[in-house]
This record gives sequence, structure tokens and C-alpha cells, in this order.
Amino acid sequence: MEEMLFIRTEVVPALARGIIVSIQLIIPSSALGLLVGMAVGAARVYGNRSLTFAANCYVAIFRGFPLVVQLFIWYFGLPYIGIYMTPYVAAVLGFSLCSGAYHSEYIRGAFLSIKQGQLMAAKALGFSHVGMLIHVIFPQAFRRALPGCGNEIVYLIKYSSLAYMITCIELTGEGKIIASETFKYIEIFLIIGAVYLFLTTIASWFLRRLENRLSIPGFKPFSV
Amino acid sequence: MIESLTILAGALPYLLKGSVVTIGVVFGAMSLGLLFGIALAVGQVYGAIWLKRLIGLYVWFFRGVPLLVLLFLFYFGLFSLLNINLTAFTVAVIVLGLISAAYQSQIFRGAIVSLPDGQLKAARALGMSDATAIVLIILPQALRLAIPAWSNEYSIVLKDSAVAYALGVTEIMARAHFVASRTYQHLPLYFTAGVIFLILTYAGTKALRLLEERVHIPGYSQ
Repeated sequence: MEEMLFIRTEVVPALARGIIVSIQLIIPSSALGLLVGMAVGAARVYGNRSLTFAANCYVAIFRGFPLVVQLFIWYFGLPYIGIYMTPYVAAVLGFSLCSGAYHSEYIRGAFLSIKQGQLMAAKALGFSHVGMLIHVIFPQAFRRALPGCGNEIVYLIKYSSLAYMITCIELTGEGKIIASETFKYIEIFLIIGAVYLFLTTIASWFLRRLENRLSIPGFKPFSV
Repeated sequence: MIESLTILAGALPYLLKGSVVTIGVVFGAMSLGLLFGIALAVGQVYGAIWLKRLIGLYVWFFRGVPLLVLLFLFYFGLFSLLNINLTAFTVAVIVLGLISAAYQSQIFRGAIVSLPDGQLKAARALGMSDATAIVLIILPQALRLAIPAWSNEYSIVLKDSAVAYALGVTEIMARAHFVASRTYQHLPLYFTAGVIFLILTYAGTKALRLLEERVHIPGYSQ
């Protein structure tokens, strides 16, 4: 009885608070990450030499440094040069820039998979540059980048737990606090694991549906 | 500037000792993941239906739950409930290894499935048992095919190993943080830690590329 009361008054509200913060981390980070990825991916394919070089350096660093190191740089490191951020802002920035680097790889691959002949054909049909981008390149590239980018978003859901390490108290952080007070580590972390499993499963299910929905018969989603 | 450089130079040997710990964690986790991952992959391709379901469940669980949550669950929860006293290092190796096994099993499964079906039949026709055929015919080919994806997995495990800092494993990241909180040179120290990770990633993937060329069979192509 007392156990139930404890769960109702302590555990559930804390975890609910945590889930809200986690979702507030995941949604803006994945949206910003996709934007960064599109910009960087386009720069790597269509940019001039210096732009491509800068974009490649960005990707090498943000894919090469562990996410924990990146988060620590944003939150603990930047005050060194006088820039202060709240843990939440640092986490969103860290997640967006890191996943943007990964997204840019898939988006770059998607752009490269579109054959030169298509661009020439579009030009021959009188498409403007923007029209060609919107009507010819983008619809195909989007479908080809979707599986990779979708995976990256599922990864981001799991990596959002690292925000706890820079004191942004989201689901894992709330769980750690209650668990250390009550020593009920197994119960609490199993519940938290189940919440993450639920989120990742729903996200991958939704992405798979989106892929099927957008699939065009005869169009190969992967470049061969 | 000069001050932070001298601090960095002083801290570098300490950080590099941390990279030995990181390499230990990664090596342990990748080996555990390799052995367990191969077993899971073989089970998932050739096993009975209940075994396939069970392995599917394992993969779903370990790919869906964040590393940090699993580290806490195992370190503070499971192992203390069972009264097993393990160091943070060992728990990090086990948890990273179990997660990597789930990912590696999918790499090896893909490689096994991509082999032509006739191979197993031919091996049976030559009088091999299924187990012998899998060990002597299927796996030597599948493992070669899996090296590029495996090298990707290496770079992921290497970067994830930095999370072991949350349990107090004294790897690169933990050491960078110790020194930073004493000297207030946060930015240069974390950046150096990141560069050490970059170098380890580069060295590891390079070594695996060499291995791939080394074990390549002339004339064999998929």
C-alpha cells in the first residue's frame, strides 16, 4: 500500500516531468539537426571548393568526437571564452550539430545518387535552377535519404539521455535522482528503459510507414 | 595561451594513460560483441522459430534502450541485486559488449544472408554436418564481408565508451574532466580529448582496412 502511494506521489510525477523534458530535447534537436544536415549536405555536393572543404572539416570533427565530449565542450568548455549557456540550450545545440553532421552524410549520398543526365534533361525541358531543385532533385533525394536520416533520429532519441551528464535533468536524470534516494535502481531504470523502448519503437514504426507511404513503384529507394 | 599550453603538456601523459583504459574497454566490448554477435546471427538465420523470436527480442531491447540507462541498470541495479561485485570497468565492458552484440549480430546476419543459398546445399552434398558447414564454409566468407560494417561499429563503440565516465571509469573523458576542474582549462582539455578519440578512430579503421586487404581472397567477389 505504502509502496503504491510512493509510486503515485513520487515516481510518476518525476518521470512525467522527465519525459516532457526529453521530448523537448528530442523534437527541436532532430528538426534543427535535419536543417543543418540539409545545408551541410548541399554545401558538400554543390558548394565551391572552400565551402566544401569547410563542410568536410565540420563533418569530420562532429562525427569524430564522441557526443559526450561535444556536450562537455558546449557546456563546460565555452565559458572559457566567455560564452555561457543553460544546460538545456547546450544540449540542444550539441545534439543538433552532432546529428546534423550524420544527416549531411545521408543527404550528400542522396544528392550524389541523382544522375547528371536528369539535370541535363530538366534543363532541356526549360526548368529554372530552383525549379529543378524543387521538382526533380529534392523529391528523389528526400526518399533516398529517409532511411538513413530516420535511423539517425532514432539514435538521437537514445542519445538524448546524455543530456543528464551536463546536468540537464531529463528522463534519465529524474530517474537517477529518485533511484539514488530510494535505492530502487532496478525498478526505476527498467521503467525508464521501457519508456525509451516505446519511443524508439514508435519512431521507427512511424518512419517505416512514411517510407512505405512515399515509395514509388519502380523507384529504388537505395542508389545502386 | 602559454599557460594553457603548459597545462596541456603536463596533462597529456595523464590523458594518454586514459586512452589505454579506453582501448581496454573498447577491445573487451568488441570481443564480447563479436563472439556473442556471431552466435546470435547464426541463431537468427538457422535457428528454430522460438530461438529467432528470442534473439529478435534481445536485439530490439539492446538497440532500443540508451547506453546510459543500461549502464545504470546493470551497475547500480542488477549486479548489486545479485550481490556480484564488479568494477565499473568490467560493467562498462559487459554493457557495451551486450549492446554491440545486438548491432554486430545484424551485421553478420546481413553478411550470412547475402551468401548464395547453394553453398550450404553443396556442403551438405559433400557430407558436412550443418554445424561444420556453418563454421568452415559460411562464416569464413561472411566474416570477411562484414569487415567494413564492423569497422563502422568499432568507431561507434569507441565513441560510446566515453559514456563509461558516468560510472567513474577513468578513461580519457574522465581524466580530461578531472584536470579541467582543477586547472579551469576546460575548452583546451576537452578538445584534446576529442582529438585523441579522432586519432583512435582513424588508427582503428585504418588497421581494419589493412586487415580487409590482408584476408581478401584473390578472385573472390560477391
